[in-house]
Amino acid sequence: MNGGFSLTRLGALLSKEFIQMRRDRVTFAMMLGVPLMLLVLFGFAINNDPKSLPAALVATSNDNYTRAIVSALEMTGYYRFEHLVANTEEAESLMARGDVAFVVTIPGDFARRVARGDNPTILIEADATDPSVASGAISTLGTVASQALLREQGKQAEAAEEQASRLQVIVHRRYNPEGISQYNIVPGLLGVILQMTMVMMTSMALTRESERGTMENLLAMPASPAEIMLGKVLPYAAVGAVQVLVVLPAAKYLFGVPFIGSLTLLLFSILVFVMSLVLLGYTISTVARTQMQAMQLSFFFFLPSILLSGFMFPFRGMPEWAQALGEVFPLTHFIRIIRAVMLKGAGFSDIAIEIGALWLFVFVFAGMALLRFRRTLD
Amino acid sequence: MNAIDVRNLVKRFGDKTVVDHVSMSVAEGEIVGFLGPNGSGKTTTIRMMCGLLTPDEGEGQVLGFDLRHEGLKIKREVGYMTQKFSFYEDLTIEENLQFVARLYRMSPVDKHVADTLADLGMTSRRKQLAGTLSGGWKQRLALAACIMHKPKLLLLDEPTAGVDPKARREFWDEIHLLARGGLTVLVSTHYMDEAERCHRISYISYGKLLATGTVDEVVKNAGLTTFVLRGDTLNEVASALEGRDGVDQVAPFGTTLHVVGSDKDKLETALADIRARPGVTVEAGETSLEDVFIQFMAGSKDNMP
Repeated sequence: MNGGFSLTRLGALLSKEFIQMRRDRVTFAMMLGVPLMLLVLFGFAINNDPKSLPAALVATSNDNYTRAIVSALEMTGYYRFEHLVANTEEAESLMARGDVAFVVTIPGDFARRVARGDNPTILIEADATDPSVASGAISTLGTVASQALLREQGKQAEAAEEQASRLQVIVHRRYNPEGISQYNIVPGLLGVILQMTMVMMTSMALTRESERGTMENLLAMPASPAEIMLGKVLPYAAVGAVQVLVVLPAAKYLFGVPFIGSLTLLLFSILVFVMSLVLLGYTISTVARTQMQAMQLSFFFFLPSILLSGFMFPFRGMPEWAQALGEVFPLTHFIRIIRAVMLKGAGFSDIAIEIGALWLFVFVFAGMALLRFRRTLD
Repeated sequence: MNAIDVRNLVKRFGDKTVVDHVSMSVAEGEIVGFLGPNGSGKTTTIRMMCGLLTPDEGEGQVLGFDLRHEGLKIKREVGYMTQKFSFYEDLTIEENLQFVARLYRMSPVDKHVADTLADLGMTSRRKQLAGTLSGGWKQRLALAACIMHKPKLLLLDEPTAGVDPKARREFWDEIHLLARGGLTVLVSTHYMDEAERCHRISYISYGKLLATGTVDEVVKNAGLTTFVLRGDTLNEVASALEGRDGVDQVAPFGTTLHVVGSDKDKLETALADIRARPGVTVEAGETSLEDVFIQFMAGSKDNMP
């Protein structure tokens, strides 16, 4: 009774918050509609391994070998020859304008060199302003072209022999053999969506009360900081739960993302993740003085967390210091967890460290919020 | 035991001293009016008393609890009605009351809420959003919500700003009724008629407490002399008197002119030639509370920071 913690008071705060949430229809619709919208939009839109890229062919002769090479390149799925041009200047300007991503030049003496047993050459120029566009297409080139050539020369047997005698490197693309981007993107998207809505909503929790003038009254009544904090964050955690119920089935049935791990383990991890997010948002709201400041602080947090978490760009590709920075975002750990559980079927012991990190965030943010909370208007 | 007993309260915001060594005692069951111009530190003083602000200096007890260390206990026994309506506009009247009832852990909640609604005469409108209420009704709702948990001390910060005269009258009747039941009330206001309905008043200006006592005491202690002038050429008279030595205030009241000064002899001298004017009568008048306050405000402007 003396200060302390009262479930009755927490109940009062919770039901008040739920009523307000329900009355604010636009926000409420956004909280449920936005996740689905983002999931569908980004799930279908983002692709790390682009195929069927526009290409220009500079070829002066129209012989068998040239045709064989061109069709082999088209067969890889990466190249779509849209322009057949006679000289390099024209090809150059096509690339400069961005009309094509590749210019493939097959010299006029190509067939003669093949026949003579000389070293035939092909020039492939790629627009590497966006390296990830070019990488997939380039990596398949060497083998595809030489095999096509041998086949055309009627040297299938030789080709097989040559291959057998060479060092064989066997590559297994584990967990995602076809390299489907969505398997990587969609689970991460759940983390990003949760982060956006949870942090943004809760970051305004206290500033909204201050701006509407209701904070003065709330503070004059006997509610403890912990009660106010939980009363503010738990309703949003519930919203997060609903978002999960929307996004997870969508991931499975809309995008066919395999789910081979334990659902219970995943839900438990999501719960910890969501708690860390709402408490982070609430911490922001104890710092910000206005809703505008709260928004700015949240956005200041969003961009680095999305870019450094490994959601969009490979985490291991970053320099050490950036990786260290990435570790301080709950999203980083959550993305590792959800990818491990959904795609790799990881068990608790495999992700214990990541879950531990999320718990750490929960306690650190809660502690910071309680320390920062001003019980007076000073 | 006094309900409020605070000594030398000081509050600074930055380098501005908003409340400057204010001491105040309010006896149990008393209604004390807290007066002063805008920005004089009334709200800050009240907020310090209910634990919403920490005083920089000073000490005291509210309801016997230490102001600095027992803020939570004070909060539980005090009802504080803020200047601006600070209940939830997007909650209904009933939901607001339920919220308050639960926060104070009243039980059974439904009965307390139903009783309060009945007292307010709002039972049929209980599903109405609080934000859609008129100023007068918002004020009644706020008062009802503040006294729901049966506080021993009620702090009201300009409760009747923007409320029509009838609603104000009813509001004050209610306050007196509550005080008769033993509730102590500290109410800040701008209105003179409201000040006159208080048992005692305290006047604060630019953070300093200038006067305290009953209305009669405050008027008497101010030591002002007032003359009431009647006649046809009062406009001329007013401009003639303005600025004369001994004349502190010249204020038209309907068809009369109130001339106020703190030194009776000087004022008599200043008025000597006016008395001689034909068609103008000069009589000794009653100094009103308003005259006193205008005098205070004029005086304290000099020591304005």
